[in-house]
Amino acid sequence: MLQVAARLWNSDLGWSLRQSPVAIVAAIVAFVCIGAAAFAPWLAPHDPFDLASLDLLDALSPPAWLAEGKASYPLGTDDQGRDVLSGILYGARISLLVGIASVLLSMVIGVTVGLVSGYVGGAVDAIVMRVADVQLSFPAILIALLVDGIARVALSGEMHSTLALWVLVLSIGLSGWVQYARTVRGSTLVERRKEYVQAAQLIGRGAGGIMFRHLLPNVTGPVLVIGTIHLATAIITEATLSFLGVGMPVTTPSLGTLIRIGNDFLFSGDWWMSLFPGAALVLLALSVNLLGDWLRDALNPRLR
Amino acid sequence: MKPAIRRGALIVAACVLAASVGAHAATFRFADQGDVMSMDPYMLNESLLLGFMGNVYEGLTGFGKGLETAPALATDWKQTAPTVWRFNLRKGVKFHDGSPFTADDVIFSYERARGDGSDVKLYLAPIREIRKIDATTIDIITTDPYPILPQAISNWYILSKSWCEKNNTLRPVDVRKGTENYASNHANGTGPFALKSREPGVKTVLVPNPDWWGKAEHNVTEAVFTPIANDATRVAALISGEIDMMNPVPLQDVPRVQAAANLKVIQGPEMRTIFLGMDQKRDELLYSNIKGRNPFKDRRVRQAFYQAIDIEAIRSRIMRNASTPSGLMVAPTIRGFAPELNKRLPHDAEAAKKLLAEAGYPAGFEVGMNCPNDRYVNDAEICQAVASMLAKVGVKVNLVAEPKALFFPKVIKRDASFYLFGWTPASLDSHNALFALMATPGEGGQGQSNLGAYSNPKLDALTRQIASEVDQTRRNAMIAEAFKLHQDDIGHIPLHQQMLTWGLRKTVDVVQLANSFNYLRWVTVK
Repeated sequence: MLQVAARLWNSDLGWSLRQSPVAIVAAIVAFVCIGAAAFAPWLAPHDPFDLASLDLLDALSPPAWLAEGKASYPLGTDDQGRDVLSGILYGARISLLVGIASVLLSMVIGVTVGLVSGYVGGAVDAIVMRVADVQLSFPAILIALLVDGIARVALSGEMHSTLALWVLVLSIGLSGWVQYARTVRGSTLVERRKEYVQAAQLIGRGAGGIMFRHLLPNVTGPVLVIGTIHLATAIITEATLSFLGVGMPVTTPSLGTLIRIGNDFLFSGDWWMSLFPGAALVLLALSVNLLGDWLRDALNPRLR
Repeated sequence: MKPAIRRGALIVAACVLAASVGAHAATFRFADQGDVMSMDPYMLNESLLLGFMGNVYEGLTGFGKGLETAPALATDWKQTAPTVWRFNLRKGVKFHDGSPFTADDVIFSYERARGDGSDVKLYLAPIREIRKIDATTIDIITTDPYPILPQAISNWYILSKSWCEKNNTLRPVDVRKGTENYASNHANGTGPFALKSREPGVKTVLVPNPDWWGKAEHNVTEAVFTPIANDATRVAALISGEIDMMNPVPLQDVPRVQAAANLKVIQGPEMRTIFLGMDQKRDELLYSNIKGRNPFKDRRVRQAFYQAIDIEAIRSRIMRNASTPSGLMVAPTIRGFAPELNKRLPHDAEAAKKLLAEAGYPAGFEVGMNCPNDRYVNDAEICQAVASMLAKVGVKVNLVAEPKALFFPKVIKRDASFYLFGWTPASLDSHNALFALMATPGEGGQGQSNLGAYSNPKLDALTRQIASEVDQTRRNAMIAEAFKLHQDDIGHIPLHQQMLTWGLRKTVDVVQLANSFNYLRWVTVK
């Protein structure tokens, strides 16, 4: 483990990271956010999903350092007596889970479509890319809303609450595959004329084998970069959907849901309910985004 | 006075006059957390819909500013026999489309309102027949003597026969099936306001009816209704002057709105009682992990649910003291309210756990709960709090809080195991609550909103007797007896009466009726 870390640190990528203070800070913040989210059950003072642990009489407590704050709720509580800090830790976990899962889904769809489209070419390529063009003309959030709307009609209310997370993954995942597909297709068009592909064709490898064993490893670089930046976008999209009330339910809130709950109390001065989840969302999305930017530059040989 | 000065004075006077005329004609923009779901006044028996459509349509009787029964499309009425009421209809009244209002329209509306798909059947249940005497006289014949008939039918609005026939809207839309017809988005009443345009979920515009029979006390030239579901958005809209009035002011924002220089809050107790209902009919609950039996059939389980609820915490935290916890299914302002019975079972989580264990559920069970999130004050928040209180006694509640457009069809179909609901007796009389909420569901409207099908034959018999009892003392005694039966059975779990909380611009005057109706005919905008 340590050796791997040391090798990374001494690699070109490591060198590039050391040169960029912004990237270092972003990496640390992202690492802390992801770590805190991953270990939420051990770090959080309360379990916000355990309804039995909520006490309505503790509702609307301000942060601990204010006059009426309670020490057991460091960042205050919401209108149901849910601890805001625990809510953020668990909420970030859901936001990250949705983000990562939907990025992976987009990636799988996008890379497959891009490889096939670029390698097979012809009518398949034309149709797939026109579909991609059409999808690109809609904002991603609109497609996510559309998919979510269909899922809502198809599933009953009870089922929708339990499957909310996967509906979100599906709707965000389906709205983001085009970038991957276009990038991979572009690289594939270049790569497929190269000798190693022709050699593979000559020895009689099937199209699938060539695409996934030979082409795929050579087109993954840009995919990683898009993936990192897309992760930040996906987290924001998830928060937007939850803020609009079509994402995670209140019983298992994500960061966006927490902000939505807090939003109702902004006028009444109970600012902590929306400010802290909002700040957490900004930190998480910004750090991931900055990391993505740095990765893009670091992997771009022309900028080295 | 020199001519030039005189001319100047004239111009000033003209300007002042113009300004004052301008001030006496105004657009009134108002918002609610939910939409008026239909323009058809028989589609849903809901205060918002009935109150809003009460501007467009009228009943034979209506309400005065003190909620007293007032003449509307009937000018007067008298009882000619114990079961016969003679109503004299107002002469010379025209519907908005210009067609005259006659006895035929009343009879048509009666058939329409008691037919398939109508949600206001219950108001007409005591009526056996409506007989036309001449074009402006009718007799209403009830099955049994029914002394409160004029009060009980004030929410039954009269539609035009010719208009309904022409537009093929002879039947109301059934909320359980949810299809639309012409009357869902068009209206043709006799009321002081006529429907100008309607975009469901977005905006509904009313304009004054110049031919209204009554004397207009308002100065509204156009009334624009918009649903704004989000609390913060609604407050922002009021503060920024985008709307003139809203209901409800989010309770957390009452001080904020009160403090604003140009805004005011009118708050008063509402006649609505918020309660929880439980499916006591099915042999197996639709939404539960208990198979083969229905826990809610066991009184101990219902009592456990009742005692698990800390109503004081809900009052102080969720409702910010703007509610009155209730032990009865009716508010103190409803006729027949029994103050001596208005006591709640104490909140006691330990007792609740014990009761559940005795009933055979020591580890609790799972149950689905349905709740609106844009109908009552903090409805979804109350449900969340109830869910966490029940979690403390081992009951896992799977909460589905959704907009009323989804919620109402579901619970009215009785597709729910455990639900939150609210009820204002339209006649402002306890009989309505007994008849609609507590009587065993049957043909003819009784138990129409008894969505968990609670049943006690003794209560049914009392409800029938109460309907025709003339003697007030005996009537009140019977109402109290029936309430006691329901209370002992824990047929429902009453929660509280909420406060009506309206936020307005200071320049707007309205009359806040305790049944939550907001009649535009009493709105003035300065």
